Amino acid sequence: MAHFDPNARPFSHQWLNDRLAVDTLKRVLSTEYWIPKNINFLWAMGMVLAATFGVLLISGIFLLMYYIPDTKQAFDSVNYTIMSEVGYGWLWRHMHGVAASVVFLIIYIHMFTGIYYGSYKRGRELIWLSGMLLFVSFSAEAFSGYMLPWGQMSYWAGMVITNLFSLGSLDFQGLVEWIRGDYVPGQAFLGRFFMLHVLLMPLIIMALIVLHFGTLRLPHVNNKDGEEIDFEAEAEKWKAGKRKEAKVIPFNPVFLSKDTFVLGVYFIFYFYLVFYHFEFAMDPVNFDPADPLKTPPHIYPEWYFLWSYEILRPFPKDPGLIAFGFAQVIFFLLPFLDRSPNVAPANRRGIFKFWFWILLVDMIVLTVMGKVPPIGIYTTIGTVAAWVFIILWVLLPFITKAEKPVRGHK
Amino acid sequence: MKELKVLAVVVFFTLVTYWGVEPYAHSVMHKHVEFKNFKYEDLKPIAAKGDAAKGQALAAACAGCHSIKAAKMPAPMDPVTASATYGVNPPDLSLAGALLDEKYLAHFLKDPTHTAMVAHKFKNKPYPMPPMATDDQSAADLVAYFKSIAPKEVTAKEAYEFACGRCHEMRYAKWTQIGEEPKTKPNIQTKMDEEKLKFQEKLAQYKDHLVKYLGKLPPDLSIIVRARSEDFLKTFVEDPQAQLPGTAMPRVGVNKEGYEKVFQYLEEVGDPSKPKREAVGPWVIGYFILFTFLAYLWYKSQWKGLK
Repeated sequence: MAHFDPNARPFSHQWLNDRLAVDTLKRVLSTEYWIPKNINFLWAMGMVLAATFGVLLISGIFLLMYYIPDTKQAFDSVNYTIMSEVGYGWLWRHMHGVAASVVFLIIYIHMFTGIYYGSYKRGRELIWLSGMLLFVSFSAEAFSGYMLPWGQMSYWAGMVITNLFSLGSLDFQGLVEWIRGDYVPGQAFLGRFFMLHVLLMPLIIMALIVLHFGTLRLPHVNNKDGEEIDFEAEAEKWKAGKRKEAKVIPFNPVFLSKDTFVLGVYFIFYFYLVFYHFEFAMDPVNFDPADPLKTPPHIYPEWYFLWSYEILRPFPKDPGLIAFGFAQVIFFLLPFLDRSPNVAPANRRGIFKFWFWILLVDMIVLTVMGKVPPIGIYTTIGTVAAWVFIILWVLLPFITKAEKPVRGHK
Repeated sequence: MKELKVLAVVVFFTLVTYWGVEPYAHSVMHKHVEFKNFKYEDLKPIAAKGDAAKGQALAAACAGCHSIKAAKMPAPMDPVTASATYGVNPPDLSLAGALLDEKYLAHFLKDPTHTAMVAHKFKNKPYPMPPMATDDQSAADLVAYFKSIAPKEVTAKEAYEFACGRCHEMRYAKWTQIGEEPKTKPNIQTKMDEEKLKFQEKLAQYKDHLVKYLGKLPPDLSIIVRARSEDFLKTFVEDPQAQLPGTAMPRVGVNKEGYEKVFQYLEEVGDPSKPKREAVGPWVIGYFILFTFLAYLWYKSQWKGLK
């Protein structure tokens, strides 16, 4: 039984400490949560993502007060009620739409930072895996949210994506209808995607964010050189006042001060987009109301899904689906496909250096090809890029197995 | 600084991706149609000088189908009856001289189907508007007359109603093809709104006629400014067939100022937050610049003597 000081006044420091261990919590989670000193602004992307998720949550709550999940009213509740009748409704909507797009940019930067610096290895596998689960959950959240304005692109993207569940020649029409709750996207479809978007997916995302932070606590974050740091010994140096010699800094306030600065820069960029350049995040096609009788000439997903869409598209139906499935799961396997013990920046890792930069460029090529119509030269480029993607991942275990130890590492 | 180099790499790849999926992809997806500044150069200039007085006499024939409120001539039929007869309610001509291009109007009076580019829709049935001018002179006289009665100032809303509003609904502005939705109240006992139902019945009939006339119901234009690019809208209005071959949309023949008025109205209704965005934006961004500056000072003070 813990000791409770009978003289402590309710809600005084001592009183709270006895009941909630606030001093220990503060120490473990902030003032003695050690971060390597050898990092750059890319290490602030986690905080940027958390802040963007906060923006999405708050703006989403305001939008939820006026949005009507009814196929006859959804479009006007978004485009008329929120945009012109609700005070600052336009601001919440543009903030929500832009943040939904920008959050994926930051996720991709965050992922590629992890790949570049090898931050998924040697005790950090669960950080990577929980992060990938977050990526998948954010994708589901983005897709379900895209259905809600019930515009042309909502409707037809919903049609195309749910059709994937017929699994090609297996022709599981029953499964597709079960998912839609109807033969075609309709009221049942909108209702369930609304539920997913405003309740189930946010719950899952919040749980996964906690898990993601949890997986980070014991292995600590990586650093620019992939150096294995003895965090306890370095922390002692810091506590002894050797601020210069110590290789670590406390999360609060030292790391946080830099995070806050990076957040500031990020928010300038973000609000510039919200006020002056939001069109990229709000596709014009979706400002036409859903019309089941009229297929839009070009159906394409939002930009962050384009690379995997393009892996699906150039192949015949069944191989395309297999390639698409491959693209969805392959990033999960990264910690196990990378057979090299080196934790170092890609540029110091021999052939892996080329693997990294080719993967990045290839995914950008896939992204662009996923948007342009599949005609002529674009089909060829898209097919080649899709094959390059697959081959890169098949080669990964072999090139990393053959990798020489990086100097200075065991 | 090393961090700025890292930032440059991130920005570079971000911009390449942006360029690829936005400007580049859209330039591939959308047909490029040259904008010709509402000059209607396929129509020959009319040399004849018009006489408004002669035009007035000729305009009496117009009043058989059209109202000319500026000259106190009422509409011969209500919109629904007119649409039953002609397919669409003929426009009031008071604003024709102000909003339509002079040359276009003269050619339209001589050869309506060809000038409005709707000949492909009227191969087997007559176009409701017959040629009203037999030669350049009478066309010029009519144009002079319409210019003489046109008001000096036309509002954006009037321009929309004249040029688009008899075919295109605009529900966010409570505009229907037969005019503004009347303000009605339901009966407090029965909860039924008889006036509204009557209006809706008329509207339904009008839309039926319109669909028979055009083949399909023209889209509601409430937020067309968000659904189509500015470039698409102006090139489409200028020459519908160039953007959508076979479309039932006629070449309306608005002049440059007329189009600007129409667009202004489309923007007011379709993007009402524009002035608010422009007012609030600088304050929010200014706030974050200040925030970032203070955060930078904090960061520098915390990291002092660390390296």
